[in-house]
Amino acid sequence: MRSAKGCATVTAMTKGRLVPVLTVLMVIVAVWYLAAIRMNAQWERDQAARAEVTLTLPDLVARTLVQERPVLPAPHQVAVGLWEGLAGQAITSRRSLVWHAWVTLSATLAGFAIGTGAGILLAVGIVHSRSMDQSVMPWAVASQTVPILAIAPMVIVVLSSMGITGLLPKAIIAAWLSFFPVLVGMVKGLRTPDAMQLDQMRSWSASDAQVFWRLRLPSSLPYLFASLKVAIAAALVGTIVGELPAGATAGLGARLLSGSYYGQTVQIWSALFVAALLAAGLVAIVGWLERRTLDRMGLAR
Amino acid sequence: MTALRLGRTYSFLQNIQLVAGGLILLVAAHWLAPTAAPLLAVWLIAWLFNAWLAGFDTRATRAIVPIIFGGTIIALWEMAVRAYAVPTVILPAPSQIAASFAANTGILWTDFVQTILKGAVTGWLMGAAAAVLTAIAIDRSPFLQRGLLPIGNFVAALPIVGIAPILVMWFGFDWHSKAAVVVVMVFFPILVNMVAGLRATDAMQRDLMASWAAPYGAALWKLRLPAAMPFLFNGLKITTTLALIGAIVAEFFGSPTRGMGFRISTAVGRLDLPLVWAEIVVAALAGTLFYGLVALIEKKVTFWHPSQRN
Repeated sequence: MRSAKGCATVTAMTKGRLVPVLTVLMVIVAVWYLAAIRMNAQWERDQAARAEVTLTLPDLVARTLVQERPVLPAPHQVAVGLWEGLAGQAITSRRSLVWHAWVTLSATLAGFAIGTGAGILLAVGIVHSRSMDQSVMPWAVASQTVPILAIAPMVIVVLSSMGITGLLPKAIIAAWLSFFPVLVGMVKGLRTPDAMQLDQMRSWSASDAQVFWRLRLPSSLPYLFASLKVAIAAALVGTIVGELPAGATAGLGARLLSGSYYGQTVQIWSALFVAALLAAGLVAIVGWLERRTLDRMGLAR
Repeated sequence: MTALRLGRTYSFLQNIQLVAGGLILLVAAHWLAPTAAPLLAVWLIAWLFNAWLAGFDTRATRAIVPIIFGGTIIALWEMAVRAYAVPTVILPAPSQIAASFAANTGILWTDFVQTILKGAVTGWLMGAAAAVLTAIAIDRSPFLQRGLLPIGNFVAALPIVGIAPILVMWFGFDWHSKAAVVVVMVFFPILVNMVAGLRATDAMQRDLMASWAAPYGAALWKLRLPAAMPFLFNGLKITTTLALIGAIVAEFFGSPTRGMGFRISTAVGRLDLPLVWAEIVVAALAGTLFYGLVALIEKKVTFWHPSQRN
């Protein structure tokens, strides 16, 4: 019921939303500048008092926007940091955000693939076995309320004590996080065919496999794609948090952590924006695949 | 009727196959890997018992089957750790975790108060209140809705935990910075749901309000807010987990010497894994409790909604 309603609002919103979105974005940037001036001013005033000079207001404002380690970097400083990180370095360099993003992205995709595969397989098992359904499903649903992400650092440390480092531990966390949305969505999707459709299959004396491939799997795809979008965003968050424990030197999470250790706020904000771009890109790709697939299957709503 | 009977026979035959296969497996395991045999036996017995119980499909068995499943997993875990002498630093046995839980209740309670009650719940309440007020405020302006909603949907998909280091820098190490992270994390999902909820009334209902000459405030209070409640609670339920995650993860970036995230990272450093697992148990219980509480309030508030009537 909710998805149908959400769909209606989305189609209503695609008409003429460019101007409002741009307006809101401009307001956000303006507020950001004002906040940057306000939050960075204290430090400039202290410096001026120490040097025993008095600052005029324009001077003060100008200085707050070019600080080395601002409390809140101004948007153009973040843009410069972002541009230097993305384009100003060789992409194999440790200072390159492209390289860090690639480290994060590869672990995210590996984990997403594992988690999605496992989720789909278990969902197929659950739909075909009542005892599996009754045993596993309540736990899968309950596990959604548990802050699984909190154990990420422990998984990393334990695996590294077993000699497993690099991409795999992060991928395991990402897989674990993308597993449950896919499982729950896929079980729901495989169950959507109603009794009438199942009866129709039976009257054609279709085998279990035929019912699965011709009816259950196609009708589950809208649900699968909806949960894939949630799952890939969750996988990215999982990977970034998996990069937080001390010792990690590569990846966007490590950039966040080292930035927070050394007070390099511009570095934190650039890493954050790369993570946001990555998330938006991944969700957009899944959304594009969803539209293509559902269009071709005639299921587009 | 015949189809049902056939189905039962079929599943019974499946079980026979399972029993035979399991017995062969057990005998093989007994020769090849003697330590694994009891594990397999427990798994097989529990699974067959569950398969038999699930066949009844009544209310009682539906409640019992998952409990047996969970109990079996814990029993297998305990047996596996003992049989293979798994080092505690890799995976502690459930009994060790329980012992650590019992020995450290004081520490766990301080951490619970610091992280869950002060960080997560406070931030969640503030974020929810801000989101509801914002939704009501932008409800009268289609322009703002068209501008804010796509951005809200976009932000809801972002890895917002990443702002934790920034907010810890701004608000200090104590619970205020954790609450701030939680506020930012829960704001947009609740906002998007609440805005959708405020639109959930249909034209007929609004016309009725208009024909009674109800002023904006009365229509909002008597019709649109109640109609928005199922949507609001949907957002509130999604964000309970987010709130806990935000509060715990923010502590990895700096915290006073208490709190669940702090305890997890320091206990991992000292390789005190039973304590880490005890914290995880607390986090799991707190998460389920928090969600359950919100679901309970939802049941009381939206008793009229079709999804609550059964």
